[in-house]
Amino acid sequence: MRTIIVGCGRVGAELAGTLSRAGHEVTVIDISSQAFNRLNGDFPGQAIRGDGTDEDVLRRLGAENADYFFALTEGDNRNALAAQLARDTLRIPHVIAKINDPVRAAAYRAMGLAVICRTTVMVDMLARFVGLPGDPRAGELAAQLPSTAEAR
Amino acid sequence: MFIIVVGGGKVGYYLTRELLTSGHEVVLLEKDPRRAAQIADEIGSVVLNRDGCEGRHLAAAGANRAAIVAAVTGDDEDNLVVCQMAKHHFDVPRTIARVNSPKNELLFRQLGVDEVINPTRMALGAIEQDIPVHDLLHLAQLSMGDMELVEAQIDSDSPAAGKAARDLALPEGCLLFVVIRGGIAQAVRADTTFQAGDKLVALSRTDCQDEVRHMLIGEHPATTTA
Repeated sequence: MRTIIVGCGRVGAELAGTLSRAGHEVTVIDISSQAFNRLNGDFPGQAIRGDGTDEDVLRRLGAENADYFFALTEGDNRNALAAQLARDTLRIPHVIAKINDPVRAAAYRAMGLAVICRTTVMVDMLARFVGLPGDPRAGELAAQLPSTAEAR
Repeated sequence: MFIIVVGGGKVGYYLTRELLTSGHEVVLLEKDPRRAAQIADEIGSVVLNRDGCEGRHLAAAGANRAAIVAAVTGDDEDNLVVCQMAKHHFDVPRTIARVNSPKNELLFRQLGVDEVINPTRMALGAIEQDIPVHDLLHLAQLSMGDMELVEAQIDSDSPAAGKAARDLALPEGCLLFVVIRGGIAQAVRADTTFQAGDKLVALSRTDCQDEVRHMLIGEHPATTTA
């Protein structure tokens, strides 16, 4: 499996390690090379300094042949842009964007993008911790079909 | 008309002023508090110190009744998200995004932004018009970027020089329509014969511009410099 991760923060770096130990061929992109300090010393994949929202940068890495694309920078909007570029222009089959603003996350989910929203996931876990029923869809990643996504 | 402008930089500021002067109802969203206060001092209470990328702030600004949302910040990704939120979440009929990186122009159109404004390309176009280049000049984009109005300068070594319009087999959907000769514009007819010094204005499909350039101007001579 070929996997591209944009954004080498805590989540990006940790995911890069986990996936490469599982045999994925992982490329991590970040605009700051310092971010790569978060990677484990034995990370076998590629760490590339560059702008993951730039089509040319992604193509140079061979991103159009990737199986998975994770947009995990700290900017919701950068992630939304990178993920749509990956899905619509590079035609990568499995694309996920981290969008932490719940309103934006819901809107992009309704547009058919697969989105992970840390805010709703954490709130859901904490709500369950205090005994509330929680939201069964909080951790849902897969994009819904447009017909079922009309709820705004 | 009710218009929401996102981004209070120079573009957003002057756009808001112009729109107010022409009698439109405008709300400007600017996330930087100092900049927002400064603009409010100058043009009044149309400024909201909010981040227009956040759905709830767009809602508070009245996005669900806006006729147009114009996202003109300096960050392409912010402009894209504002337009997509406006379009898909608030059903705004017309969205306008400024793109700063020319590479994003096509992508933004594909992602549903109605109008994409690219200051870099505009500046490039203006510069190209002042410098002789061995290429098509891009004058304007039409029908959502599928067609372009272009200008070709015919030189003595151009393939079109000495030929009549009817002998040029341009790709389908492309049209030569005006030739400017000695400062005078005339319509291109089948028997119009082109000569060095002519400027030809043509309508070309964006995807066959290479072919059009090849037929009218020829290949780039390696040593041509302006």
